[in-house]
Amino acid sequence: MTLPPTSPMIELTGLTKRYGSFTAVNAIDLTVPAGELFGFLGPNGAGKTTTLRMIAGILKPTAGTVRIAGIDLAADPIAAKAQLGFIPDRPFIYEKLTGGEFLRFVAGLFGQSGAEIEHRARELMALFDLEEWRDELVESYSHGMRQKLIIASAFVHRPAVIVVDEPHVGLDPKSIKILRDLFREYTRRGHTIMMSTHTLDAAESLCDRIAIMHAGRIVACGSMADLRSGSAHDSGLEEIFLRLTGQRAARNLVDVLDA
Amino acid sequence: MTAPANRPHAAAHVAAHDGVPTGALPDAPLLHVLTPKWLTARARTVSTADGRGTRVALLGVVGLLFWSVVFAVLYRLLAYFKNVQEIGPLLAGKLLGLMLVTFFSILLLSNVITALSSFFLAKDLDLLVSAPVDWLRVYLAKLLETVLASSWMVALMAIPMLAAYGIAYRGGWAFPLLAVAVFVPFLVLPSAVGSALTLLLVNVFPARRTRDILSVIAGVTAAGIVLLFRLVRPERLARPEGFRSLVEFVSVLRTPTSPLLPSEWAQRTIMGALTGHQDWLALYLLWTTAAVAVTCGALLHRTLYLHGFSKAQESAQRVIQAGRWSALGQQLLAPLGVLRRELVVKELRLFFRDTTQWSQLILLAVLVVVYVFNIKFLPLHGEGVTFFLVNVIPFLNLVLAGFVLASIAARFIFPGVSLEGRTLWLLRSSPMPVRDLLWAKFWVGTAPLLVLAIGIVGVTDYLLQVSAFMFLVSVLSITLLTFAVSGMAIAFGTLFPQYETENAAQIPTSFGGLLFMMASITLIGIVVVLEAKPVYGYLSAEAFGTPADPTEMIMGFTAAALLCVAATVVPIRAALRRLEVVER
Repeated sequence: MTLPPTSPMIELTGLTKRYGSFTAVNAIDLTVPAGELFGFLGPNGAGKTTTLRMIAGILKPTAGTVRIAGIDLAADPIAAKAQLGFIPDRPFIYEKLTGGEFLRFVAGLFGQSGAEIEHRARELMALFDLEEWRDELVESYSHGMRQKLIIASAFVHRPAVIVVDEPHVGLDPKSIKILRDLFREYTRRGHTIMMSTHTLDAAESLCDRIAIMHAGRIVACGSMADLRSGSAHDSGLEEIFLRLTGQRAARNLVDVLDA
Repeated sequence: MTAPANRPHAAAHVAAHDGVPTGALPDAPLLHVLTPKWLTARARTVSTADGRGTRVALLGVVGLLFWSVVFAVLYRLLAYFKNVQEIGPLLAGKLLGLMLVTFFSILLLSNVITALSSFFLAKDLDLLVSAPVDWLRVYLAKLLETVLASSWMVALMAIPMLAAYGIAYRGGWAFPLLAVAVFVPFLVLPSAVGSALTLLLVNVFPARRTRDILSVIAGVTAAGIVLLFRLVRPERLARPEGFRSLVEFVSVLRTPTSPLLPSEWAQRTIMGALTGHQDWLALYLLWTTAAVAVTCGALLHRTLYLHGFSKAQESAQRVIQAGRWSALGQQLLAPLGVLRRELVVKELRLFFRDTTQWSQLILLAVLVVVYVFNIKFLPLHGEGVTFFLVNVIPFLNLVLAGFVLASIAARFIFPGVSLEGRTLWLLRSSPMPVRDLLWAKFWVGTAPLLVLAIGIVGVTDYLLQVSAFMFLVSVLSITLLTFAVSGMAIAFGTLFPQYETENAAQIPTSFGGLLFMMASITLIGIVVVLEAKPVYGYLSAEAFGTPADPTEMIMGFTAAALLCVAATVVPIRAALRRLEVVER
């Protein structure tokens, strides 16, 4: 097991979300320390997005608490959110703003403006090959370009914690490579990233620790070495994932295709 | 291993399936293509969401009330016409023709705009176009969708109207059937023509640019019609004494206004049936023209649709350079602080870059001009017009101005929060107090509304030459009413949001929009009633020298002011609480 985490940046205690009689997230306890890149895995509907949206302050937990950099999100949402950058899985943004204006607007939401922000916004857009689209309205951006703009917006105000839902969706291989390098460098500087993904090799190569969610609960959590040690033999992440989430019970493909 | 054993089995199946696709796929019937729309509509009707029963009941009551008023007014008018010898039916026919030609223009315009969404921008098109569905079925399915989406309001309006005609002229049991037979081609025809026009436009311009162009055209056309109609001063034409002789008047009434217009054919068929001179040719012309329009539309669709659809996928690129205005705006708004400044700048940018939004301002400007024009031509300076009357009119003018403000607020302020639906994730996950968002939306909407309100009331008061006291009362009242109406627009828009609606123009017509309009009209009514007594007291004192009661004045005006302040603050607080717990 890894050492007990120091200076926790994300702390979830008994975090629960119920929609009527359906429990989407069931009493999760988790601590992510500073400088860690934490990965959330799980099949569709496992509760990953709900968990991340509760951490981002978009959904209100039915029970339990979320603390960001030691600040209780429910008690002081403004201070807690000031530490946060959120990247959603669906890139919905203002169609009638340009890329540059959108980044300036996001920085403004965090109370930041001025030459430093302008410079950082330019650098981030250049990093994702969006520089020449800077003065174009977002309505003319492709899905991938919008996703890259949202990723850039999460970094523009330099948050201590970044919460990312499915960052690889819609990105080209070059952008995925840039994103991975960016995440690594960001956490190396002491910032924290929590990411949900279906790309198992990305989780395996990138994340310091991984939690596997299934039916609203965390069924395994630790580094790759921890997860392997809990497994009967030396298996890869895919093998561990399928075993823990019961995905092996999938139907026989031949039967399905013949149906 | 099992794989090699399975291979021949699988290969046999691939071969079997391979034989099917070429030409042997049965075409999905038209009804099947329409199934998703039908199922969605059915799911909405049977939905048991909270408060749905109340909503349906309220909408039903308001709808019935509206129908009754339209029916009653028209029936009275027709009953009067019926008693006028010789020219009675002619006048009734002219009136019907006027209403039908208005309907036809509205239908044509709304079909062109609706067709853009249903044929080129709707989300189900990717699936439909990529599926092996015959072009004719796509055309007919989308045409039907366009007819329904753009004509339901006209159809609903026509029911009490035609009922009044049918009952006043004793149309008998067959009249409703004839009305349906007239209205089906009357609704389909502008839809086929409108869809064809849109198809041609989209083949020339990108779809999103076409929407911009159409919005401006629609705004200017509507404004033009209103202006033209008013400047002609139709009230003068309605007076027969303006004509040299009765014979001339009757001959003008007899001449068809526009014999080639479908509205004229519809009018001839309906009036023919009601007066016993059935005009089958007119009905025949309606049906055949509609059939020709649909056939030509279908042929055009076959030739041009795929090219247009492909073109519609291209976005209209627009490069925005930060100009002097932007820098000046940033400087002027600097005292607001970074967060509020950015929120205000964002609101302004989104509004002025969305052509569908600002183009409505053209119509608005014309309505204001017409409003002032009407006031200017009020016969208030002749004999027998007292000081009392001159000062009462501007007071009643408050009601009208308040109603105009409520309509504008419903159009521009009410949809504000709903339009944030897809981007709420950003606002909710940022350290922005929700109060600041509402603050920005409130002021960006209220400031121009206030200028307009004070402008309208100030100018009309000046034209009417009212006393200083009445000037002060009306300007202060409209100022307080503007704040209250804006506050309620923001609040009702937050409490009854339409987060899923992408078209801002549809948001004010929602249930919440209706409630907002009803609440605003009630508020304006109460304020005017509260102020009526002190105003009457003052005017009596001025005109007849009776003593004015200061307590009555203070009580009345204070109550009105307090009501306005409460109507501003209480709804906004409720909206704030709601927005703080929104989960999206």
